[in-house]
Amino acid sequence: MATSMVKIESVRKRFGQLEVLKGVSLDVPAGSVVCVVGPSGSGKSTLLRCVNRLETIDAGRVWVDGELMGFAEKGGRLHLLRPDELCRQRQEIGMVFQRFHLFPHMTALENVMEGPCTVKRVSKAAATSRALALLDRVGLADRAGHYPRQLSGGQQQRVAIARSLAMNPKLMLFDEPTSALDPELVQEVLQVMRDLAASGMTMIVVTHEMGFAREAGDHLVFIDDGVIVEEGPPREVLSRPRHERTRAFLGQVL
Amino acid sequence: MTELRIEAVKPPRPGRLVAAVLAALVMAWLIYTVIVNPNLHWDVIAEFLLDGRILGGLWITIALTALSMVIGVGLGVLAAVMQLSDSPVLRGAAGLYTWFFRGTPLLVQLIFWFNIGLVFPEIGIGVPFGGPMFLQWPANELITPFTAALLGLTINEGAYMAEIVRAGIRSVDPGQQEAAESLGMTHRQILRRVVLPQAMRVIIPPTGNQFISMLKTTSMVSVISGAELLTVSQRIYLDNFEVIALLVVASTWYLLLTSVATVGQRFLERRFSRGH
Repeated sequence: MATSMVKIESVRKRFGQLEVLKGVSLDVPAGSVVCVVGPSGSGKSTLLRCVNRLETIDAGRVWVDGELMGFAEKGGRLHLLRPDELCRQRQEIGMVFQRFHLFPHMTALENVMEGPCTVKRVSKAAATSRALALLDRVGLADRAGHYPRQLSGGQQQRVAIARSLAMNPKLMLFDEPTSALDPELVQEVLQVMRDLAASGMTMIVVTHEMGFAREAGDHLVFIDDGVIVEEGPPREVLSRPRHERTRAFLGQVL
Repeated sequence: MTELRIEAVKPPRPGRLVAAVLAALVMAWLIYTVIVNPNLHWDVIAEFLLDGRILGGLWITIALTALSMVIGVGLGVLAAVMQLSDSPVLRGAAGLYTWFFRGTPLLVQLIFWFNIGLVFPEIGIGVPFGGPMFLQWPANELITPFTAALLGLTINEGAYMAEIVRAGIRSVDPGQQEAAESLGMTHRQILRRVVLPQAMRVIIPPTGNQFISMLKTTSMVSVISGAELLTVSQRIYLDNFEVIALLVVASTWYLLLTSVATVGQRFLERRFSRGH
C-alpha cells in the first residue's frame, strides 16, 4: 500500500460542552481521494479543519506527510508550534471552502497570486504567469481581471481552487465545495475536482455529492455523531451499506 | 408594434410649492439682512481674509489637523489590534485607554497637557520606577502650546479611531481570515493584505468625518493659545474690536477647509470600495 499522506489518530474535539469528534482515526494514502459524508452536525467539516489546524484538537494526533501537525515532539513532550512554523505547515495544505472566501478586494488573478507573492515571496512576473496558467486550467483564463463579485458562484469556486493550487500543495481539503452553488453550477466545479484527482492530487472531500464520491473517490467515510460509522470503497458503501445509520442517511440523500 | 409613450400629467403638490416659496423667502431675507447690515464691516473682512497672521494660523490649523489625524489613526489601529488580541493584558490596556480618553472632555485634556509641568516638572528618558535618568528637559520648555495641542488632539483622536478601526476589522467575514490562514499567511500578513484593506471600506467614511470634525475641533486649542486660526483671529479682534468680522474670516477658512476635505473623502470612499 502507498505511503500515508494524512494519518489521523484518535482525534477528539469539543466545543464547550459538545463533543464534536469522539475519537476519529483515518488514513489517507498519497494520491488517493477520500470522500467524507454524513448528516449536518456530524463533525465532518470539523474533522477537515483539524487537518490544517483551523481547529485545535483536544486529543489524538494528526500527521501530514509524516509530519506531526501543530506540535513538535521533543524529549517525550509535545510543544505547541510557533505561529510561523504552523504557517509553514499550512502552506502545503490547500483548502477550499463552502462559501469560497475569495478576497473581494482583489481580482481573480490577484487572488491566485496572493499566496505565492506574500507567503513565498515569488517575483510578480513569475507569480503572474503561473496564476494565468492555473486560471486557464480551471477554465477561467478570460476572467483574470474580474473581481469575485462579478463572477458566478461556480466561477468563484474555481478561482478558489486555483488560489489553493498556486501554493503547490501536496494535499487539498474540500469543505462542501458545491453546497453553496446553484444546481446548474455544480458540475463545472466537480469537473475541475475530477481533473485534479486524475492528476494524482491527494484530496479529502467533505461532500453531499454521492455521484462524485462514487466516480472520483477511492475511499468513502461515513461520519455520524462524531464517529466514523462505516468506511470502504465508495461503490460498496453506497450500494451495500452495512450499518443501519448509513442506510438511513443514504436513504435520505440518494 | 406601436410604442406606448408615457406623458403623464403630474398631480398638483400645493403643500410642497408653499413650503418651497417660504424657504426661498427666508433665505433671501437672511442674505439681505447680512449684506445690508452696516455692522458687518465687509471691508474689514476682505482686509483680513488674506492677512499674514490669519494665513499663519490657517497653516497651524492644517498642520495640527494633519498630524493629529495621522498619528491618531496609527494609535487607533494599534489600540484596535490590541483590543482584538488574545492577551487579556493587551485588551485591558487598550480598553483603559479608550475608556479614559473618551470619557473625559477634550477641553479638559488640552488644559491638562498644557499644565503637565505642574505634575512632572522634568520630562526625560531613563530607567523607569525611579532609576537613573539619561536625558531630561524642564517640562515648561518641552510643552509649548503647539506640543500640548498635538498631544491632546492626538491621544484623544486615537481613542475614537480605536473604536472605528475595531468596528471595521470586526466587519470583515471571519472566513477571510481562515482562507488566508489556509494559504499559510502569518497574522501580520493577514492583517495587512486581507483584513485591513477590507476593513477600510467601513473605516474610511467615519474617519473622513473625524478629519472634518478635527479641522473644527482644533479651534478648542485657542484656550491654551495654540496660535491656530481661531487664536490668531481672537488676537486681532482683541486689538481692533472687529469681533464679528474676524469670526467671519475664520469661519470662511473653516468652511473652505471642510469643503475640500469632503471632496477628498468622496474620492477615498470610491477608491476603497473596489470589488464591491
